Amino acid sequence: MTSHQVVPIKVYVAVWAALSILTMTTWQVALIDLGPFNIIAAITIAVVKMLLVVTIFMHVRQADSLTRLYVGAGFLWLVILLGILLCDYLSRSWIPGGQFWPSGPAMIVGG
Amino acid sequence: MEQQFSSAQLGMWAFLLTEIMFFGGMFGAYTVYRSMYPGAFQSTTHYMNVTLGMANTLVLIASSLTMALAVRSAQVDNQKMLRIMIVLTLFFGFVFLGIKGYEYHEKWVEHLIPGPHFEYNVPNYAHQAQILFFLYFAMTGTHALHMVIGAGLLTYLLIKSYKGSFSSHYYTPVEIIGLYWHFVDIVWIFLFPLLYLIGAHLHA
Repeated sequence: MTSHQVVPIKVYVAVWAALSILTMTTWQVALIDLGPFNIIAAITIAVVKMLLVVTIFMHVRQADSLTRLYVGAGFLWLVILLGILLCDYLSRSWIPGGQFWPSGPAMIVGG
Repeated sequence: MEQQFSSAQLGMWAFLLTEIMFFGGMFGAYTVYRSMYPGAFQSTTHYMNVTLGMANTLVLIASSLTMALAVRSAQVDNQKMLRIMIVLTLFFGFVFLGIKGYEYHEKWVEHLIPGPHFEYNVPNYAHQAQILFFLYFAMTGTHALHMVIGAGLLTYLLIKSYKGSFSSHYYTPVEIIGLYWHFVDIVWIFLFPLLYLIGAHLHA
């Protein structure tokens, strides 16, 4: 396994520092009222943190191309799942007379 | 050996992809209900312990660092450091679970567990907020279960490392269990802002 590059300790420590700073950032940004951009900021920071963990801690940067393809495919399927789900629910109110969700007591029991 | 390592890595990622879709279903449920009941979801942040949630995020990130350093220690054949890093990772894992348990107890005392004894100060939002707390317990509970399994796997690694099973020529189990541990960390990276900080600006 000599072909596996050993990542220097300082790179791991730098990633850890970046993740910790981003955690504080996500908290500080959440305290400011940005309207719809609050959720966009939260998700963006989380995605940046995820990419740091995946590429460096999980060694995807050094992995072979088949593993990279798997990783990419996994996140692509997740985007398809959430994307199509939102296309349905967010577009319901666009139909004239359509309802986003039935209102009243019926909604509690899932009617 | 090199091919075996790559195959094991690929196989672990295949498993992690099923885990992504598993947690993805719950994130999907969260997305739908949050878009339906934005007001009720924002109101729940008042009942979340943001300080402990953030402390737990930092603890988990630290445990990911020690896990990555454990793999590195195996790569450079440093047996002593490998054990120290596995023990530190386990320690941070248990700190996380301890804080999580304390938070669950807080929710129990405050009647925030969904069910017949659920009480909510904002009557209009009571039913809708209960959905968020249901998702909170489902998602953090599944995450905590993964942490417990991870702690078991780390204990296995620790025992194997005392038997001298790992070296720079063979450390596949350390790498594979490391992948699992980092994945659980990533799930929490998303859970923290989505569950604890939804309406933080309202209570600032």
